Amino acid sequence: MSTDIAHLNETARVHLDDLDRKLINRLQDGLPVVSKPYAAVAEELGIEEDVLLKRLEWLLETRILTRFGPMFDIAQMGGAFCLCAMAVPEERYDEVTEQVNSLSEVAHNYARDHELNMWFVLATETPEEIETCGKRIEELTGIPVRLFPKEREFFIEFKVPA
Amino acid sequence: MSTHNFEEFSEFDRALVAALQEGLPLVSEPYAQIASQLGVSEELVLERVASMKENGAIRRIAAVPNHRALGMRANGMSVWNIVDEDVERIGQIMGALDFVSHCYQRPRWMPTWPYNVFAMVHGKTREECLTLVKEIEALVGSSCKGHNVLFSTKTLKKTGLRLRRRGESPRVSSDPLSQSSSGSVSTSTSA
Repeated sequence: MSTDIAHLNETARVHLDDLDRKLINRLQDGLPVVSKPYAAVAEELGIEEDVLLKRLEWLLETRILTRFGPMFDIAQMGGAFCLCAMAVPEERYDEVTEQVNSLSEVAHNYARDHELNMWFVLATETPEEIETCGKRIEELTGIPVRLFPKEREFFIEFKVPA
Repeated sequence: MSTHNFEEFSEFDRALVAALQEGLPLVSEPYAQIASQLGVSEELVLERVASMKENGAIRRIAAVPNHRALGMRANGMSVWNIVDEDVERIGQIMGALDFVSHCYQRPRWMPTWPYNVFAMVHGKTREECLTLVKEIEALVGSSCKGHNVLFSTKTLKKTGLRLRRRGESPRVSSDPLSQSSSGSVSTSTSA
């Protein structure tokens, strides 16, 4: 594994207190679009705004939270997502990982324990680019890319309890 | 909910999305800070962000937790071969389970991939995930002709969509983990 992806697989060894947990749970629900959104949530939780901001900063630094901000739905902006999978020979795994990851359209990539052992998500500005990207990866790697576009979504809001 | 084209997206909207890509600034008045960066009024920024939230371009303004750091070390992609006429009913049942984060119908790739419903299952350990999958198995009954669970063994990449500048052709970036000059949009993981 190259060092630049090491942080993705680490587990933070930090202690979370009750307020951290409350914050993590509350902040997954979303902030109102107002001039002082942090003050609004701080008031709700009965804490000072600067306490909330300091905690939030720490949660991001320790990577307990990977991100805080607007979650864009690229499909609503005309873009597209597609789950894809490949069966990568074990001896070529590192090389193919680099080739696949080199495409800026590859948003997520996971190793999974199956004959189809590399699963990644393409995110593009237009639906047409999905197929082009898949083809480019096939050219780069010489390995067939299976596209698994979503045909129907059974969506629920999932939250990780802290 | 209307679907918006990138073409209908104004240059200002694109600049705003790019400015918010790294997240909301951690200051008391984050939209005022963004506004001063872009040389516009805070009111305009608030108005555009509210409108993007309204039309679904922004799902919500929230924290994205690191599942692993919160003890959810295992995630299993459970995949199911569900009889076509039962997909709607079964999908609703699976999606309603509180340990399932995403549930989608996707195409089969016969003969190697007979599975048409995908449900992401999260738990503290693989064993816990497998127990949860057994729960699903009991719920789907005879509508299911086979299933499997694929565990992720390693995260190889986790970023968002890279927005290109207008007119720029698709390209392979030399360093996918560095910030490119064009913007990147972090997205929810639903694909």
